[in-house]
Amino acid sequence: MSELDIQPELVTRMLTSFLREEVENAGFSKALVGLSGGIDSAVSAALSARAFGPQNVLAVLMPHRQSNPDSEADALRVVDALGIASRRVEITQMADAYLDGECVNDATRRGNVMARCRMIVLYDLSVEWSGLVIGTSNKTEMLLGYSTQWGDSAHAVNPLGDLYKHQVFQLARHLELPAPVIDKPPSADLFEGQTDEADLGFSYATADRVLFAMVDRRFSINDLLDAGFDESLVRTIAARVVRNQYKRLPPVLAKLSHRSISHDFRYLRDWMK
Amino acid sequence: MASLDRCRTVLAQTNPRLGDLHANLSDHVQRIDDAAAAGADLIVFPELSLTGYFLKDQVDELALAPDSGALAELADASERISIVAGFVERTPEGRLYNSIGLFEGGALRNVHRKVHLVSYGMFDEGRDFAAGESFSSFESERGRFGPLICEDLWHAPSGYLHFLDNVDALIVPSASPARGAEQPGPGLASQRVWRTLLTAHAMMYRTWVVYVGRVGWEDGVGFGGSSTVIDPFGDVVVELDGLEVAQAEVELDGSALRRARVSTPLRRDEKPWILAAELARHVPGLPDAERDS
Repeated sequence: MSELDIQPELVTRMLTSFLREEVENAGFSKALVGLSGGIDSAVSAALSARAFGPQNVLAVLMPHRQSNPDSEADALRVVDALGIASRRVEITQMADAYLDGECVNDATRRGNVMARCRMIVLYDLSVEWSGLVIGTSNKTEMLLGYSTQWGDSAHAVNPLGDLYKHQVFQLARHLELPAPVIDKPPSADLFEGQTDEADLGFSYATADRVLFAMVDRRFSINDLLDAGFDESLVRTIAARVVRNQYKRLPPVLAKLSHRSISHDFRYLRDWMK
Repeated sequence: MASLDRCRTVLAQTNPRLGDLHANLSDHVQRIDDAAAAGADLIVFPELSLTGYFLKDQVDELALAPDSGALAELADASERISIVAGFVERTPEGRLYNSIGLFEGGALRNVHRKVHLVSYGMFDEGRDFAAGESFSSFESERGRFGPLICEDLWHAPSGYLHFLDNVDALIVPSASPARGAEQPGPGLASQRVWRTLLTAHAMMYRTWVVYVGRVGWEDGVGFGGSSTVIDPFGDVVVELDGLEVAQAEVELDGSALRRARVSTPLRRDEKPWILAAELARHVPGLPDAERDS
């Protein structure tokens, strides 16, 4: 039992209702998900299948030649388990045309380019499929900024954005997703042997506990230290949350007029739905 | 005004379409007509039921004067049944209130303007609305009702003032965001808190409590429904689902009021003059002669 534990059936009902209503508000009844073989996209796909019916959900598998073959095999397990449609679009050619042409060797830059290639494919197929792109970013990675801006962070609606990684695991088990998808170490699969936790330098379990206290329970840094958390860990995580705020907001717009789009022209996305 | 006898009350737990006055009005009239045809006496809709909740700059665009066509249509529908519905009210001075109206006998009879606007966390009502300044009961042909809009109920004096007025029922339209899905449950933390508050009001004020929430999503915020009726003993008579559009009919029974108030005569034994005197310590400028005398 963890203080982060959710009531999975209740959350499933809420997120299913959320997906259906927000996608319908935008005038759609179908969805597509970039399925990586990892746990986040599997949960998004499973929730989408419940919301729209499996026949109305398209899983898009977008491997690169450097991707771990196990990822695609795991993604296909999810497709089979959910009975959703799938499409395979290899991004090797489009990504390498740029990466090789520009001699990009830096792992972060290469990963970002691949993530943005996948975004291009998803948004293009969303027109063909007449569906909306469903997000797969969880609260932990959004707070830490562990994502590619305009890459995996690009989507229309996101059912996972208020769920910590621990809670995504809980939901995955509740939704009875294939065991290999749940059990393997989380990885962005941008290069061989990569794992999220090695990249970050701390475990999701630890990050979740710190972030939950900091964000949900409004603990100050001093409160966190009093609660026994390691100071360097707390400061590292807190700095990441602050530094990556830009990834969580729309671009900054200079106010010149008396009524400006992101400042005092205040309407919901669901305006007149 | 009549005292409460048997008031067949319909809880209309709707999902208002944001900004679509026309669609919401049609939905209201349909439900009102159906409830009247079924013999109901009163139908209660959620907070801002004609407009949706997170209006921001739409507040001004959707505001209705008491003599507007949309409210006249609700008034017309109230010939056979009393109606409580929520809307943005525009006053002749140009102020905009988060209001609920009692429509009865073909007219808009009473209006309650939300006093305790919510302006913290995800809420920004204080920016968009003027705040009401009073708690007056709705004097209905069906009984005396104490109207409170959502956050009004969280401030203890709101219900207390209606208690002093001997209302037969607190009528609480709401648009409360659903939140808190953590263990152990069951259900959402937000709804458990509401049930506790509503039950406490029913028990302490020995009154019927009719809470009507809304459902649906506005830009990722879900509303928690769970419309509830609690009897004057504090027992939950009905509680609707937290996610789905739903409806229920409950009979508010005057004899339950009598029995609850005989068994535990809290209003009889209340001493509001003590409060009045003590308030002088907290509110500068209030005469404190009562306390000294």
